[in-house]
Amino acid sequence: MMIYLVLFLTFFKIGAFTFGGGYAMLPMIQEQVAAHGWLTDEELINFIAVSESTPGPFAVNVSTYVGMETAGLLGAICATLGVIMPSFIVILIVAKCFEKFQSNKLVKGCMSGLKPAVVGLIMAAVVSTGGTVFFPAGFSAAALTSVPFIASAAIFLIMLVLSLKKINPILIIALSAVLGIGIGYLQKLI
Amino acid sequence: MEIQNKKHITWLLFVTFLKIGAFTFGGGYAMIPLIQKEVVEKRKWISDQDILDIVAIAESTPGPIAINSATFVGSKIAGFFGALFSTLGVVLPSFVIISLISFALRQFESIQIVRYAFIGIRAGVLALIIRALISMYKQCPHNLLSYFVIIASFAAVALLKINVLIVILCCGIVGIAASVLAAKRVK
Repeated sequence: MMIYLVLFLTFFKIGAFTFGGGYAMLPMIQEQVAAHGWLTDEELINFIAVSESTPGPFAVNVSTYVGMETAGLLGAICATLGVIMPSFIVILIVAKCFEKFQSNKLVKGCMSGLKPAVVGLIMAAVVSTGGTVFFPAGFSAAALTSVPFIASAAIFLIMLVLSLKKINPILIIALSAVLGIGIGYLQKLI
Repeated sequence: MEIQNKKHITWLLFVTFLKIGAFTFGGGYAMIPLIQKEVVEKRKWISDQDILDIVAIAESTPGPIAINSATFVGSKIAGFFGALFSTLGVVLPSFVIISLISFALRQFESIQIVRYAFIGIRAGVLALIIRALISMYKQCPHNLLSYFVIIASFAAVALLKINVLIVILCCGIVGIAASVLAAKRVK
């Protein structure tokens, strides 16, 4: 019983405090999922790739996955309902008084603080994700010359250039996978 | 007749958003053009201006853009049940697909070739997050307050390990305070 409630409440919190699209939700999810020990950092990053390659919003994908992994189908339902519920309630209210909401000075003021906050939070997520990607066993000078680090750094730089050229994310993931496999087996041969 | 019609529209909303949910990859803003095609051009339920309103609303309310837009369109066209069925429709494809693959995912991850693939993929995902970061940065206002909030929220989470929720609340309050102060100065 408890786990269902915890899943619902945790994802309710994530849904209620996420503003903006894309990866605005990532910092909050990273923090909560790690705090409950539901997914490791690596598993979460792997799942971002899965989510990019399957339809639907990231928030729904990740809540379904975490729910399913921790407490089966009912867990998935609780987590997903939790993440949807805040939007659903707020939008139902806002839809009724749209004009007032749109021109409200407090809402505008609040947004002028939240938009840059999301940028700062995603920057923090980039740093922690970078740590997991480049130094999965923690930072050390020896790690800097290891094959996995050099491979990851090279793939990252190539994909950064490609993604700034607006290449489709699924293609970027597919290419990264191919390069990862190629380097993995090459290293074995040598 | 009236009730029959409403049932029909609710069903149509469900099917339309089911389709939108099933064919949007990456979620969020990727969904907006599809909503426009299905809801404005095909069904003529709402206008292009409404789409702009929806984006503005979805951005300034909590929660994923996809859910916000579905709930908003549904409620505008058919009230509470319209909102309910649109939202269920947009969520259902992800829910079913992820439930199905979640069983396989963990076993899959222990295969050697997949492990190599994911070493590459994680590096690629980092690039994708940076792309999202850049587009978020472009959308946010460019003034002194903004730069201050960006640096402060980054430092609070990355260096001081402060709870994300507290940082979001504080930044919202700072935004409100700044706009109230600015309004007073004008007077």
